[in-house]
Parts: sequence; C-alpha cells; structure tokens
Amino acid sequence: MQRGLAWWGPSPAAQLGLILATIGLVWWFGRNTLDTMADAGINPGFAFLSRSANFEIGEAIIPYSSADTYGRAILVGLLNTVRVAVLGCILATLLGVALAVARLSGNLLLGGLVRWYVEIIRNTPLLLQLFFWTALTHAFPPPRQALSLFSSVYLSNRGIFVPGLIVESVPAGASFALVVVALVAAVGLAVLRRTGKVTAAGVIATALTLLVASGAGLLLVGATVRLELPTLSGFNIRGGYSLSPEFAALLIGLTVKFSAAISEIVRAGVESVDRGQWEAARALGLRNGQILRLIILPQALRVITPLITSSFLDLTKDSSLAVAIGYPDLVNIINTTANTTGQALEALAILIGVYLALNLSVSAVMNQYNRRVALRGAGRR
Amino acid sequence: MSARGRFFVRGLMANQARWRKGLFGTWLNSVVTIATVVLLAAIVPPFVRWAVLDATWVGTAADCKAGTGACWAFIGAKLNFILYAFYPPPLHWRPVLVTLMLGGLLLLTAHPRAWRAATLLLWVLVPIASWLLLAGTVVGPTVPSNQWGGIPITLLVAMVCFSLAIPIAILLALARQSSMGGLRTLAIVFIEVMRGTPMVAILYVAMLILPMMIPGGQLIDKLGRAMILITLFWSAYVAEVVRAGLQAIPAGQYEAARALGLGYWRIMRFVVLPQALRLVIPALVNLAIGFLLATSLLATIGVFDLLNAAKTAAIDPNWLGFYDEAYLVAASIYFAICVIGSRYSLWLEQRLRQPR
Repeated sequence: MQRGLAWWGPSPAAQLGLILATIGLVWWFGRNTLDTMADAGINPGFAFLSRSANFEIGEAIIPYSSADTYGRAILVGLLNTVRVAVLGCILATLLGVALAVARLSGNLLLGGLVRWYVEIIRNTPLLLQLFFWTALTHAFPPPRQALSLFSSVYLSNRGIFVPGLIVESVPAGASFALVVVALVAAVGLAVLRRTGKVTAAGVIATALTLLVASGAGLLLVGATVRLELPTLSGFNIRGGYSLSPEFAALLIGLTVKFSAAISEIVRAGVESVDRGQWEAARALGLRNGQILRLIILPQALRVITPLITSSFLDLTKDSSLAVAIGYPDLVNIINTTANTTGQALEALAILIGVYLALNLSVSAVMNQYNRRVALRGAGRR
Repeated sequence: MSARGRFFVRGLMANQARWRKGLFGTWLNSVVTIATVVLLAAIVPPFVRWAVLDATWVGTAADCKAGTGACWAFIGAKLNFILYAFYPPPLHWRPVLVTLMLGGLLLLTAHPRAWRAATLLLWVLVPIASWLLLAGTVVGPTVPSNQWGGIPITLLVAMVCFSLAIPIAILLALARQSSMGGLRTLAIVFIEVMRGTPMVAILYVAMLILPMMIPGGQLIDKLGRAMILITLFWSAYVAEVVRAGLQAIPAGQYEAARALGLGYWRIMRFVVLPQALRLVIPALVNLAIGFLLATSLLATIGVFDLLNAAKTAAIDPNWLGFYDEAYLVAASIYFAICVIGSRYSLWLEQRLRQPR
C-alpha cells in the first residue's frame, strides 16, 4: 500500500491527467491510422505475413524463393542482419584491440598513424564510408582477372572469395545432437565456472576437447569436412565462402568504423589503470604478460565492458544502413514489404520490436558479464 | 649563443632523444618503425600520385578518362551542385546566405560570453528566417523543399532538430527522475524505445506512418516530417546526457533549496538545471557532432543533404563515375566541421572547469 502511494507521488491528479492525455494521443493516432488504412482499402493485422512475398532476395542463409511467405522473407532479412552484426562485432573487436595495442606500443610513428586513422574514421559519416566501400568492392576486376592474395583470397566485382570449411552430408539427427551437446556443455560449464568448480583454463580445455570429439563423431557418422580454397573455373570463381560485394562493403565499413571506437575504448581502459600498478606488480617479480593478464586487464575490463557493449549495440543498429547500399538486411526487407503490401504500420512495428529485442537481449547478456568483472562489493553498497 | 638560443637547442636535443627512443628504443620498436615505414611507402606515394601528380585539374570528363589520376575538374564543375544540390542556380545566393547565417550563429554561440537570452532569441529567429528564405515565402519565387539540398540542409536539420530536442530532453530527463511512477514509466519507455531503434527505422516512420497518423499529414513535406521524428529521436539521447548532469548534483542542493521554500519548478529552474546543464555542455557538443554526421542518413529517404548531393553529382551523365573525388570532398567538409567541433569541446571543457 505504501509503495503504491509512493508510485503516485506528490500530485496524483496531474499525473493521472498526463497518463490519460498520453493514452488519448496514442488512441487518436491509432484511430487516424486505421481510418487512413481503411480509406486505402488495407486490412490491418498480420495476415499478410503468410501471403506469398513474390520478390527475390539477393542472398539468404536459409533456403528462400519468391514463392515463400512474407514471414519467411522477414526471417531471411533478420538472419542477414544478425550475420553481419555478429561478424562485425567480432572483427571490429579484433581490429580495435590491435589498433589499441599499436597506439599503446609507445612507437611514435605507428601511434601517430593510428591516431590519424581513428580521427579520419570517427569524423566522417558511416554512410559515406559505406558508399566508398561499395564503390570499391564494385570496382574490383571481373572474376577472370580477380586480384588474388596468396592464391586463397580473391577480390572480384562479383564478390570476395575466401577459403571455407565445407561440411557435407551430415545426418539430420547428428546436427540436432550437436546442438544439444553444445547447449548442455555451455550451461554446465557456465554453472561450474560460476561456482568455482573449474578454472578458466579447465573450461577452455573442456570446450576444445568437446570440439575435437564432436568433429571426430561427425566423421564417424559419415559426414565429410574439408577446407576448400576458391578457384577460378570458367567465368566465375567457385569454392570456399563467397561474400557478395554489398555484404563485403557493409562488413568492411562496420568493422572499420567501430574498430576506431573500440580502439579508443580499449586504450582508455588500459590507461585508466594507474601506472603504480605496473610498478608494484613488477616489484613483485611478475612478468609483463602476467601483469597484463592478472593485474591490468581485470581492472581495465571494468571500464571497457560497459562502453564496448554500447558500441556493439550501435554496430547492430548501424547495420541498418545496409538499406542504402542494397544489402538485404531486415530494414531492407521490411521496407520492401511495407511498399508492396501497404502494411507499413505492421511492418515497422515488427522492425522496431525486433531491434528492441536484439538490443535488450545483448545488453542483458553484457550486463551479466559486467556484473562479474565489476568491482567486488560495489553492487552491495 | 644567447640564452634563448641555448634553450632552443636544448629543447631540440630533448626532442631528438624522445624521437630516437620512440622510434628505435628497443629492437622490437625498430622493427615496428621499419614495418610502418614500409606500409606508409605502399600507401602514400600511390595516393599522392593519384591525388596530385596524375590528377586532371581542368578540362572535361573525356580529359579525366584519358588520365589515370583524380579528376578535380569534375569537382570544379560540380562544386555548386555538391554544396546546394538541386536548388535553382540563379537563386544560389539564398543557400549561400543561409549557410552564412547558420554558420555565423554557431560561431557566435560558441563563446560562453554569448550564452544569454538574446542568443536564445536568435536561435528561434535565424532558423525561421533560413526556412522562409529557402522557401522564398517573403521574397519570391518560391522553391519547394524537395529542391533544397546540400550543405544548408545538413546544417539546418542538425541545428533545428538539436536545438528543439534540448527542451524536450530536459522534460524527459526530469520525468525520468520524477517521484511520480507513471511519469517515470512513460519517460523510460519513450527513451528506451527511441534508443533501441535505428535512425533509419525512425526515418521510415516519418515517411510511411506519420502521414497516416495525423489528418492532413500528407500535406507536411518530407523534410518537415523527417525533422519532427529526428527531433524526437535525438531528444532521447540528449535526455540521457542531461540525466547524467542531474545525477551529478548533490542532494544537499535540493535540500537547501527546499529549505528556502522553493517549489519544484523553481528549484529546477534556478538551482539544479543551471548547474546540471553547465556540467554536460561538453558532452552535448560531442553529441551534436555525432548528430551532424547522422544527418547523412537523410540520403536513405531521398533528401539531398551534403552526402546525397555528392553521390548524385557522380551520376551526372556528363561526369559519370567520379565517386572517389565526390566522396573525398564531402568527407573533407564533414571532417573539418567535426574536428573543429571536437577541439572546441575540449577547449570548452577546460574553460568550464576553471573555478569562477
């Protein structure tokens, strides 16, 4: 009862009026929208999701054809967004940490070069950089004259071709079993690690053993795994993994843009640790690697984790610029859906809902991690 | 040697020692330096050859195609288009004047001495005057807003939406801190939904949903609709910065003000907000720089801002395909504005930190 009163605060009447006004405004907007839709002969609702989409999508992770439904088309778009966002986060972190190390190396020339890189990348719009990368990936020579790096990576105007692990003829039961094993192992290891039953090294060793064992198991049940290099055959390049020019441009653009931000975050994190910590650790006889791993990183991560989380979220949101360079991400598919069905309200509601869910789930996971690296006892203050 | 000369030489030697240590201090450092030099040697000379030595400075597209370097003749021919897009060329004095007015307003506001009520009035009058001037409402002929473009649009959208977002953001931040649960919930939902949504999606809402939501919404032009939604979108980000400022004000300030018998609004207006806003001004400048870069997203809904104008310049049939040059010019403009802005933010931070 007491809490309920506190919720209402000092002037309940004013607040009630404000809430009613908000509801009224939303109702009025909704009413007008429904009227406009009725005038245009559009039935509100999500029934269109099960209708046939009748448009092609340039690239898809799951099988898709234009006879499939709008729902499946949106799923394809979502998976494309997730693909570029996950790869982008990983690559941007790797490049960002490398840049931060270069900046912290104390080498004046390299440090200055990285500083210029960061300044230029941070002070120009991402969309401009994406346009530039798109122009670049489309300006590569045709496949027959493709630029090749070590005969294993090919750059052509049809896309970028990289070596890939090709897994074939996996029995359906085996892939299901693998997913179950991976889930059980992940949850089990997380619980054991939390309760302190295993060390971090133990977790990594177990994970690697499981990985090797499941690889061997796959081979036993008749699957084939091989590393395939892309090769030129006829007028195109086959084999390995191929990245379309748009996907490559988006991935490069996001990686470059966010590597600059992440390198600054990592640098700030490492520099936030007092110099005295290095000196004290050295006086205790620790080696440089040990100092970094045991003393500096645990403290720096406290600064780095929340900032890098918001970088990851920004990267995921900014992957929506794909729509401007023609990569079929979620926004692109939603836009096509809204234009072909007229169900703009529903389509955009799905879009905003999905991004909110992605954002909230990433920040939930990262908050969990942050709680672990945060100052011991700080949460209980 | 004079005392000053000796000082200079000693400084030079200290510098030399620093450079020697910074470049060749250890064997690893020397290897890194040499590798960096090799990398620079691979990048810089080809770029200089492209941008300067082999570049075509004057001539036609055919001259450029014959050469292998950059085509600066294209920039010479299309600079007006990149800066003002489809605005009718005989009336180019209008976007020039608007750019000068908006730029002048920014420069004026930059100095803390100008932070007074009269400047606030200018922030209302100058954007309205800019809009009327571009539209040609007072002095004809009229120009519809779908022909506006280039740098005045980038500046106008960034400045108008940011300045309108600030008062909304202050109310949102206060609501989020409020003791009234319902108000708090509404503010949190609004802020989190806005911050969780990509700006592109917000622009699509402006394009597709807004006209349906308001009777006669189709009559508001595309630019106006986009600016309404961008203002709301940015206000969520500004609100979080303002909230950080509010949280930095010690509770004693509230208590002392309440003890003096001030009501909520007076406490906020005379005691808390002046201090809180002062704390977050540098952060707001940095946010504004990010927003200026974000205006380039207007290109996705077909508004001809600076970036879109540069891109469109390179699809002119007479000058097809000089994307690199167009993007380089646009990038330089954004870069210059942002670097000046971030240096200014640092200067301001120093200045505001000084005790008065």
